[in-house]
Amino acid sequence: MPADGTLERLRREGRIVIVGASLAGLRAAETLRVEGFTGSLTLIGDEPAEPYDRPPLSKQVLLGKAAADRTTLPRRREIDATWRLGVAATGLDMAARTVRLADGDEVEYDRLLITTGVRARPWPHELEAELDGVFVLRDRDDAARLYARLRAGPRRVVVIGAGFTGSEIASACRERGLPVTVVERGAAPLVGALGAVVGEVAAALQREHGVDLRCGAMVTRLEGDSAGRLCRAHLADGETVDTDVAVVALGATRNTEWLAGSGLGAGPRGIACDAGCRAFDASGIVTDDIFAAGDVARSPHPLFGYQFLSLEHWGNAVAQAEIAAHNMIHASADRRPHLNVPAFWSSQFGVNIKSVGVPPMGEQLLIAQGALAERRFTGVYGYQGRVIAAVTFDQTKWLDFYQRQIESAAPFPPAFTTVDRRAENLHPVPAGFPDPSQPTHGPTVTVSGYSPTDRRITFTPARV
Amino acid sequence: MTHGTLLRQITDYANRADPYPLYAELRKTPVLHEEDGPYVVSTYWEIRGLLHDPRISSDARNLSPAAARLSPEVAGATEEEEGSGLPPSFLRLDPPEHDRLRRMAMTPFGPPHTPRRIHEMRGELTRIVADLIDGFGDRTRIDLVDSFSYPFPVTVICRLLGIPREDETRFHTWADTIAASLDPDPSADPVERRRVAQGARTELGMYLSGLIEERRRTPGDDLLSALAAGHGPDGQMSHLEVLTTAALLLIAGHETTVNLITNGMLTLLRNPPVLQRLRDEPGLAVPLVEELLRFEPPVQLLPQRTTLADIEIAGTTVPKGASLWLILASGNRDPRRFADPDRFDPDRPDIQHLGFGSGIHSCFGAPLARLEAQIALAELARRLEGPHLVEDPPPYRRNAVLRGPRHLNIAFDRLVG
Repeated sequence: MPADGTLERLRREGRIVIVGASLAGLRAAETLRVEGFTGSLTLIGDEPAEPYDRPPLSKQVLLGKAAADRTTLPRRREIDATWRLGVAATGLDMAARTVRLADGDEVEYDRLLITTGVRARPWPHELEAELDGVFVLRDRDDAARLYARLRAGPRRVVVIGAGFTGSEIASACRERGLPVTVVERGAAPLVGALGAVVGEVAAALQREHGVDLRCGAMVTRLEGDSAGRLCRAHLADGETVDTDVAVVALGATRNTEWLAGSGLGAGPRGIACDAGCRAFDASGIVTDDIFAAGDVARSPHPLFGYQFLSLEHWGNAVAQAEIAAHNMIHASADRRPHLNVPAFWSSQFGVNIKSVGVPPMGEQLLIAQGALAERRFTGVYGYQGRVIAAVTFDQTKWLDFYQRQIESAAPFPPAFTTVDRRAENLHPVPAGFPDPSQPTHGPTVTVSGYSPTDRRITFTPARV
Repeated sequence: MTHGTLLRQITDYANRADPYPLYAELRKTPVLHEEDGPYVVSTYWEIRGLLHDPRISSDARNLSPAAARLSPEVAGATEEEEGSGLPPSFLRLDPPEHDRLRRMAMTPFGPPHTPRRIHEMRGELTRIVADLIDGFGDRTRIDLVDSFSYPFPVTVICRLLGIPREDETRFHTWADTIAASLDPDPSADPVERRRVAQGARTELGMYLSGLIEERRRTPGDDLLSALAAGHGPDGQMSHLEVLTTAALLLIAGHETTVNLITNGMLTLLRNPPVLQRLRDEPGLAVPLVEELLRFEPPVQLLPQRTTLADIEIAGTTVPKGASLWLILASGNRDPRRFADPDRFDPDRPDIQHLGFGSGIHSCFGAPLARLEAQIALAELARRLEGPHLVEDPPPYRRNAVLRGPRHLNIAFDRLVG
């Protein structure tokens, strides 16, 4: 049992290692220093670059409004850390408290924070994935390469998957005046994240901006020419699309392979941890020296029935990193839970889309303000009689209110009148999420249960 | 002290110079309601919540008849504005009309369509400030309001709207007259005052009306041209809508900035070490103005909100159609939100003040007001050597909503070049 003196010593001269040098890792490091940690701090990252911001990569960078290598995250304070960049962590020895690195080195820790995030899910057929002209978009190099190719003016771009990333890429291509075909397995763009009703609005938006949108469709094969350059995409219905660029936007895979065999509760869906960011070991027992935060973490949220949420959200990464950092150097009585309400934003086809809560949990949807037809509205999602999420199209400023509604488990449908409530929107409609047993592309949130009886609201993550 | 007297004391001129102890008293009851009176909300989180609450309307037509009867006299500005015969500006409308008009006004004014308009005015603002300070001449004692804080924003809004230079003087006169009517002098004859103000308003309206027609035919690079001639996805503003919007920008734009700059100089002169720092590091003006908007906001309270449904605020149920006052200046000094709130501290972190409101009606002119105040205060600090207050507190305007000194007499040793 660590006495106060032990904790005091940890704060003063302990060794903290952070694996994953991106947004969550950097913010955690800053928080550790703000909260008085003066020991040694090591940040390990497999990318050679200092932590950078990702949201611009699928937006400003593709439009040439920001250079991919100019998105370095601002430092909020000095963190006085040892940086091990360009070298991946390859293993974890929980008993010896060491992290193994790709260069053979080992780093010892007293507290470990894992913020290894996710990577783009690649095109599943390896040979096709290697064709010149096939891209994914996750890191800075991806963005720089794709931007260079878009600038060169390809005759057509095929975007595979119409989740948020795929839709943003399509939007950027259209803004550049490039012909775009979007192939989406589900019934509409964003259907996994926001449901079919809102997905239809996104579909109309895409078509209005000249996107050749194919829903309920699948790319089965990418064909190259004799020089190994992409020339054609084959669809399941037998059609083909001639193209020289394909962007694979089929969601993400969590970077947990390096933990295989370590005994930590880590798998393809992330690292399971408690609401205080302490990781579980493989048997479901909470560790007290290993923490996880950001895209790679999966933790129960009290507000959402203690379902384990793993979120690929900028704000979540920051909030969770701060909680993890705080809890790493505090005694149990002073620890804080990660209660941040999930929030997500996207910018595409001139519309600012933002959500709070967990829309995929929603059974019903009420357009509380504005109108779908005007593409300016606030949609509220209901789950078993309470407000569980909200989404806005160009109405961001109302979201704070609906966040409070979610936090206070307010009844659904809302019983009150609001400004801009339209007569045609008096009653909720089914939100239209795909049958969870049917795989689809592009959700950014997965929710799963503790026990089989809870599983009915589980949503299956993106799969090819 | 009873609640009733508390509420009356907010509008009582005797407390104008320092209303903050009253606000502290008020915060003990986050939602105060005296018989037949408005519901007064004074704490930070509750105000912030209400500014984002779609059950709250800015449209006076949603007030219950009883609430409407007691509303206008508190909101002096409303009464006067409504006397103008113009339809309500987007400030007094709800979505979707509000959104459409504000969006159309925002297109030529700011992001995402015109992100650099205000930024690019920096050079011109600096020149106007320099000219005004040069205009102090050999004087070493001035009324900052008359010689500086007043003419500055009026000149700026003229340039922004595209009022021809030769008409600026006439424009100033109308603006002065209208502004004076918002700040009633009890010794003056109210009927006569109203008549004069109405006259100025009519003349200004006719002048703007002619200018709008002209700009519609031959658009220039100015804001009025953009409002008159521009057409985006929302279509075009009607003549009346351009007129209303221009009048809003004029009145709301300068009456508040005057107070921001004057309150700012007053605060700096009361905090000499901060003034010295600003002189040494002009970049301090940026966080300093934010703290100023928290510490001495020009808009002290928003008296024009009403409820569309029965809603619960901090344990009190406010009925549908009730009049709500949101005391922004009190929320800004709520110790549950800001540590040591009565201290002026430009180094304060996380300063999400309510000075510009929040939500869909958050101040339209905020980027301009910020820049005006930053440049004005930094230049005053740099050029006035040995400045000090001649009287403290200075005489205040009557207005409890738009609060600020009527005069600010300051003395200094000399002007620096």
